[in-house]
Amino acid sequence: MAQRPENNDALVRQAEVVISFILRAGVVVSGVIIALGSLLYFIEAARQPHGPHATSHELTAIGGIAHALLTGDPLAIIMLGLILLLLTPVLRVIVSIGAFALERDWRYVAITSLVLIILIISFLLGKGGA
Amino acid sequence: MVGALSGLNEHQVLFFALVFLAGLVAGLVGALVGLGGGVFVVPILTLAFGLPFPVAAGASIVSVIATSSGAAAAYVRDHITNLRVGMFLEIATTIGALCGATLVAFLPTGVLFLMFGAVLLVSGVPLIVKHAEELPVGVRNDRLATTLALAGSYPDAQLGKEVHYQVTRTPLGFAMMYLAGLISGLLGIGSGVFKVLALDTAMRLPMKVSTTTSNFMIGVTAAASVGVYLARGQIDPLVAAPVALGVTLGAALGAKTLTRLTNTAIRRIFVVVLLLAAVEMFLHGLGVKL
Repeated sequence: MAQRPENNDALVRQAEVVISFILRAGVVVSGVIIALGSLLYFIEAARQPHGPHATSHELTAIGGIAHALLTGDPLAIIMLGLILLLLTPVLRVIVSIGAFALERDWRYVAITSLVLIILIISFLLGKGGA
Repeated sequence: MVGALSGLNEHQVLFFALVFLAGLVAGLVGALVGLGGGVFVVPILTLAFGLPFPVAAGASIVSVIATSSGAAAAYVRDHITNLRVGMFLEIATTIGALCGATLVAFLPTGVLFLMFGAVLLVSGVPLIVKHAEELPVGVRNDRLATTLALAGSYPDAQLGKEVHYQVTRTPLGFAMMYLAGLISGLLGIGSGVFKVLALDTAMRLPMKVSTTTSNFMIGVTAAASVGVYLARGQIDPLVAAPVALGVTLGAALGAKTLTRLTNTAIRRIFVVVLLLAAVEMFLHGLGVKL
């Protein structure tokens, strides 16, 4: 709490380490998948320039991406990596709630939970709106 | 390897490499001044490569999130980002983004671009006036900042000391963050420029704390509209992939560079990027789809 910042310092650093780790993990894992998908795409394109790829339009729905992934479509692999990247900030918000809870900083648990709820609403609206 | 690639369209490989390089620069500068690089990525993709604006905007949102996550990983660990300020103000930006995305069908975006371009130009004036100020002086916590324990400190490698700072005009900063979120929802831009202005000019945080905290926040603001972009098919994997890879690498390089620069140097770079963003908004408002 505000009255005893010194006591809290170690815990705050701990929260920073956890949040930093989640961000790094999200970036590295998605980056590796995107790079792998790109490499596969170019290898495949070199073999058969007009191969049957899912169009980006078919890759808008999670179901479409999952289906294309099963066939080993490089574009679907790239999309998987991109979606992981795009979800990293949401994951960061979720982990932050836990980090603030460990600090017993309930005010910030509430603030961060509110942010998560708004994000979820925006995701739901985005899906229904298009 | 060259033989194996002989059947491949050379243009595709060249496109991938060039967009990767553009992303590298966007991520590097974006990580330094606290914005997502859309201000560079969008005009490069539309002007230099002739891509349609919606696809460029989709690549821009990927760039924003890659810059934010890539650089924030380092800034948060190094205790430069003010987590509490960021988390608290994210309430304002996400609600703003949600309102903006809902209102976009009812408002004339052309006029809005012109308006916000003008706002940006005007906001540049105080930055130029105090461009030589290395650290804010005489800032005292306001009541909300005390209640929320927003004041903090960061290690400044350039100055060689731990810099303690307080936070003022929190309600004004909150209102500006709502506006920043509204703009990103309405116009599909990251609006990192507006966030840095709110943190630096209104709440008087040190410049490095302002840009890194903005950098931390833009990912979440952008994430609020990811669902819309995916559903509309605006994320083209072959455009977004080189952007994501280039920007991630650039942001990591930028995060290493920030600690070695002075706050004054970062503010100077920021002013240049702000002017660029203002010009782009004006052109966009006049119907030039950059």
